Amino acid sequence: MGRRRARRKIMASETAIGEGNCLGWAARDPSGFLSPYKFDRRDVGRDDISVRITYCGVCYADVGWPRNHPGNSKYPMVPGHEIAGIVQCVGANVKRFKVGDHVGVGTYINSCQKCDSCNIFLEVQCLRGVNLTYNSVDVDGTTTQGGFSRFIVVHQRYTFKIPDNYPLELAAPLLCAGITVYSPMKRHNMNQPGKSLGVIGLGGLGHMAVKFGKAFGLKVNVFSTSISKKEEAVSLLGADEFVLSSDEKQMKALAKSLDFVIDTASGDHPFDPYLNLLKVAGVYVTVGASEVKFSPISLLRGMRTVAGSAAGGTKDIQEMLDLCAAKGVYPKVEVIPIDYVNEALERLIKRDVKYRFVIDIENSLK
Amino acid sequence: MASETSIGEGKCLGWAARDPAGFLSPYKFDRRNIGSDDISVRITHCGVCYGDVLWARNAHGNAKYPMVPGHEIAGIVQEVGANVKRFKVGDHVGVGTYVNSCQKCDSCNIFLEVQCLKGANRTYNSIDVDGTVTQGGFSRFIVVHQRYTFKIPDNYPLELAAPLLCAGITVYSPMKRHNMNQPGKSLGLIGLGGLGLMAVKFGKAFGLKVTVFSTSMSKKEEALGLFGADEFVLSSDEQQMKALAKSLDFIIDTATGDHPFDPYLNLLKVAGVYVLVGAPNEIKFSPISLLLGMRTMAGSGTGGTKDTQEDENL
Repeated sequence: MGRRRARRKIMASETAIGEGNCLGWAARDPSGFLSPYKFDRRDVGRDDISVRITYCGVCYADVGWPRNHPGNSKYPMVPGHEIAGIVQCVGANVKRFKVGDHVGVGTYINSCQKCDSCNIFLEVQCLRGVNLTYNSVDVDGTTTQGGFSRFIVVHQRYTFKIPDNYPLELAAPLLCAGITVYSPMKRHNMNQPGKSLGVIGLGGLGHMAVKFGKAFGLKVNVFSTSISKKEEAVSLLGADEFVLSSDEKQMKALAKSLDFVIDTASGDHPFDPYLNLLKVAGVYVTVGASEVKFSPISLLRGMRTVAGSAAGGTKDIQEMLDLCAAKGVYPKVEVIPIDYVNEALERLIKRDVKYRFVIDIENSLK
Repeated sequence: MASETSIGEGKCLGWAARDPAGFLSPYKFDRRNIGSDDISVRITHCGVCYGDVLWARNAHGNAKYPMVPGHEIAGIVQEVGANVKRFKVGDHVGVGTYVNSCQKCDSCNIFLEVQCLKGANRTYNSIDVDGTVTQGGFSRFIVVHQRYTFKIPDNYPLELAAPLLCAGITVYSPMKRHNMNQPGKSLGLIGLGGLGLMAVKFGKAFGLKVTVFSTSMSKKEEALGLFGADEFVLSSDEQQMKALAKSLDFIIDTATGDHPFDPYLNLLKVAGVYVLVGAPNEIKFSPISLLLGMRTMAGSGTGGTKDTQEDENL
C-alpha cells in the first residue's frame, strides 16, 4: 500500500510540475497547497526588466488567493507579491536600472498608464483595473504568476530601486505590508510628531505601522488579541503602550484619546470599541479584511472618519523604500526555505509569526 | 380635572411628552430668569425634526419626562442681559440643537461646540446651567446664552429659517468640512426628507451636479422639479446603479432607515467621500468598498456656532 502511494506521488509530481523557463511553487486547487511548478515567463521587452528573485515575503493574500477566497482564482497559481531581487537583464528603453541593481516588485505589474489614477502615480487604483502580480492577466494575455519563483519579467515602471545598503530580505515585506500602511499614513497626514496612533493587529502590516509611526514621531499604542506579543511590542518594535483588546477597562480609559487608528487585523472584529478611541475628527484607516460594521453614533459623535486603502502608487512605494533606508526602518522577519512555505501559511492563519515570513528563494528554490 | 393637574405650572407654555408614547399635549413650566449673558427669545416658529420623534419616544433610553421637544427655533428677541452686545430687542434670531457647552475644551475653542468634550448641553432633554432639565422650542419662549443664538438676516422669512438650525446645519457643516464647495464636482444624495432637501439646495448653491437616490419613484418629480436636483435614480434599478459606478465625488447619506451601503459606496470615484448624517440602526459594508477606490466614510452631527451662523448668512 505504501509503495503504491509513493509511486502515485512520484507520477503526480512529474505531470504536475509542468514545463517552462521558470521554476516556482504553485497551488493547483483551492486547498491552497503549494508544490513545484514550471511555467514560462515572457521574453524581456523594450521596457522590461528581468529580476532574479532572491527573496519573497509571505502575505495573507498568499493564503486567500490560492484558496480561492475571492472566488476568481486561476490555477495553477504561483503566489507571492513582496519580491526583492537583482536585475539580470534590461530592455532597450530601460535607463533607470542596470544589471546588478537591487530592486523590488510589489502587488501589481501593470496598469493602463493613462487614466486619472495612473496619471497621478496612483496606479494601484487604475480605473481600468490594475494588473496584479499574480492571478491577473498580463500584457501578453497570459495569467500573471508571482514571486514564489526564480525570476520575474516586469515593466520598469512597476519596479523599484532598493538602496544598496538595505538588506534584500528586509526589503521584500515593504513591497506589500510596508506600502499598505505607509500610503494611508502619508495620505492622512500622520507625519505629525506628538500626535497619537493606535495600531490594531500586530502582524506584518501592524508591526510596520508601529515602525513608521515611531519614525513619524507619533505616540503609538498597540491593540492586539495576543498577550504573547506584549513584550516585544514595546521592547522590540518600539510601541509606547500595548493594550489587550479584550481588556474592557483599559479600552474605556483610552476613549477619545487617539488622533489616528490603523486597523490591520485580518479577522472579523467589532469596530465600535476602536472608533470610540478616536478624538474629535479622528481618522480610522482600515487596511484589513474584516467586514466593516458599527453604530452610526460612533461616527456622528466625534465627527470621525473611516478610510480605506490598498497598497499604494509607484511614487509612494519608491518614497517609502528611500525613507526606510535613510531612517533605518526595518521589518522584523523570519526567513524560511521554500519547502517550509505550506507550514508557514498554516502558521500565518494561526497568527503565529513575528512578524513576516520571507522566503529565501535564492538559496532554496532550485 | 386631569388636564388641570397634568398641564403643570410655570411662566412658559409648551407642548410636552409625558411618557414614551411620545404623545404631546399642553404643559406649563418655568424658564430661568435672564442672566447677564442671556437672551430671551419669543418663539415664532419651530421646525419638526426626526430627533423630536426619537427622543420623545425614549429611543435613546435616557428620556426625562415631561419633555418639550423642538430644536429648530426661530423667533424675536424680547429681552437681553447686561453683557449682550450683539443682539437687541426686536432682532430675528435662531436657536438650534444645543444651548450650552463647557466653552474651554479643544472643541469649544475652535467653535465646534457641538463636539464639546464634556458633552454639549442639548436644547431639550439635557441639563442646563442652573441644573434644570432643558426644554425645547415647542414653547412660547426660551432663555438662552448669547453664544448659542444666531442672527437671522432680516429679509429671511422666520418660518423658513427654523429648519436651518438643525436640518440645514447638519448637512452644511460636513459639506463645508469636506470641501464640497467645488463647482463642477458631483454629489449623490440618499434620502429626501428635511436634510435631503437642504443638501440638494446647498449642493446647487455650491455649483455641484446633484443626483438624488430614492427608493420611491413617487419622489422623482419633486426631486427634479421642486428640489432642483439634476438627476433622479431609483436605487432598486440595478442597471442604473451599475452605470453610475465610480462616478461621484461625494455622497451625503441622510436616510434614517436601514439600508445597504456597498451599492452606494461603489458609486464613489477614487478618493471619494461618503458623509453619514442619518441614523440607521447599523452601518455595515464590505471592506473592499473602502479599500478599492481608497474611499472615506465620515460622520457629522449638526455643527459648531461658527458654521451655524455662516449657514444662516449663506
